[in-house]
Amino acid sequence: MRERLEEDRETLILAIESSCDETAAAVVKNGREVLSNIIYSQIELHTIYGGVVPEIASRKHIEKINQVVQAALDQAGKKLTEITAIAVTYGPGLVGPLLIGVSFAKALSFASGIPLVGVHHIEGHISANYIEHKELEPPFACLVASGGHSHLVVVKDYGEYEVIGRTRDDAAGEAFDKVARAIGLGYPGGPKIDKVSREGNPDAIRFPRAKVVESAYDFSFSGLKSAVLNYLNDCRMRGEEIVQADVAASFQKAVVEVLVEHSMMAVREYGFRKFAIAGGVASNSSLREAFVEACREEGIEFYYPSPVFCTDNAAMIGTAGYYEFKRGVRHGYDLNAVPNLRLGE
Amino acid sequence: MRILAIDSSGQTASVAIWEDGVTLAEFSIHAKKTHSQTLLPMMEAVREMTELDMETVDAVAVTSGPGSFTGLRIGSAAAKGFGFALSKPIIPVPTLEGLAYNLYGTDLAVCPLMDARRNQTYTGIYEFIKKDGTCEFDMNIIKGQCAVPIEDILAACNKLDRGVIFLGDGVPVFQKEIEEMITVPCSYAPAHMNRQRAAAVAALAARYYEQGKAQTAAEYKPEYLRLSQAERERREHEGASG
Repeated sequence: MRERLEEDRETLILAIESSCDETAAAVVKNGREVLSNIIYSQIELHTIYGGVVPEIASRKHIEKINQVVQAALDQAGKKLTEITAIAVTYGPGLVGPLLIGVSFAKALSFASGIPLVGVHHIEGHISANYIEHKELEPPFACLVASGGHSHLVVVKDYGEYEVIGRTRDDAAGEAFDKVARAIGLGYPGGPKIDKVSREGNPDAIRFPRAKVVESAYDFSFSGLKSAVLNYLNDCRMRGEEIVQADVAASFQKAVVEVLVEHSMMAVREYGFRKFAIAGGVASNSSLREAFVEACREEGIEFYYPSPVFCTDNAAMIGTAGYYEFKRGVRHGYDLNAVPNLRLGE
Repeated sequence: MRILAIDSSGQTASVAIWEDGVTLAEFSIHAKKTHSQTLLPMMEAVREMTELDMETVDAVAVTSGPGSFTGLRIGSAAAKGFGFALSKPIIPVPTLEGLAYNLYGTDLAVCPLMDARRNQTYTGIYEFIKKDGTCEFDMNIIKGQCAVPIEDILAACNKLDRGVIFLGDGVPVFQKEIEEMITVPCSYAPAHMNRQRAAAVAALAARYYEQGKAQTAAEYKPEYLRLSQAERERREHEGASG
């Protein structure tokens, strides 16, 4: 593969992301400057099913990938021949959808001679913080919370991660989706609960805050979800009125408290001066407010991406891919999709 | 003209380079590794051995379905990636047509069979008709590709009043049914032509290219012949309730 001289040229990463239900491509310059960030969201296709259907997502990805990648290059005003490296998400995620991006990116690399860099999806989410915070450098701690993931991660250096806490059951975003469905808000749950919670009383119902005994930083949200379902059943049996906004606000408060508490515990224990959040749940307004407050109390810097960089996007993959590329990471044509890819191992 | 051909619709992964009526290279693997792991490394081996400059490829041929949903997409995404990088068209080749083309020139009716699960086979019936005054054949479609129970396609074969040759990964799966039900003379293709082969896909694609059947890499998408399970169940549910 030909590698361009890096000293006298800008490093341009063409990034591709298809791990779930967004077909996305971006061009990122020198790691932190987003020249384009195209996202084709399939969310409406999946809403009637109450969640992402992998086969439907895969079919849509393959229909859209060329147009999305072309749009990313066009919007950036770049040609494929100007690209330094191609970054692609190869896990974790849904295997069918992942395979579209991976197979396409490999063929692109093969036919163009541009080097290929496989990127971990969670590393992408964490790296989203670099885009708007040019001063942010490792080390720092980061909470990644989304529909598929809840990780408390120590970012030791670019490309070096240690996961110190993870969910034992449901991801935070998954709990939002399930509770939203139970109280009749529908899919996707996160933004809907966030919105309706503003009208509700977060102290109306005291839902449990689960702790995982043997591992202080781990999360468990299935107990909380069950508590909400039980509460709803009890109300219905007693014929009591269910105030949707109060349930939503009280549930959200329980999730937020657990996420903030575990994160701040890690910050104190490890002595971090910088803390970041990432992932779809990081766009939750209540979570952001709680972290702003908690980090101010701790006297540490708090970072979070704009909502467009919180949900799945390719710009974050481009940023992560840039640092992996700089570290010398290259992948071969046998790169495969790894649905349960672990971080920092 | 130079065609790069890909087939990953079934258990066999196959790539080939075709140039003006000659197969420059063909590489097929029927093994445990996934198509995602094998297809591009096979292509790399073929490129290296033939010293192929990718820029000289005129079109990318790919089996467009039916077949394994994931397999189809691995090949199709690769084809779309090649097409994108090279700004070259894609020639979609329906899977059963590509499979039948393995037996070009036979005077038997050709019935490719693929195991489609759920008690069905992806199949069709094809024949080769000699072009007047030439030594060439055209492939004619007697029954276009479809997903049907094995009994249906065997009944259609029995009406043909001529010999039938079966091929494809459905043969070992449905051999018992074939031998119980078939009433016309029947035979099976031998090992060197009884699975998907990219060289046959390329040769047929060259014909389709002449007929103007190429698409842009952006517009090409596979044809599954089936809805996803979620869509199917939803329709059944709607049908039942409405």
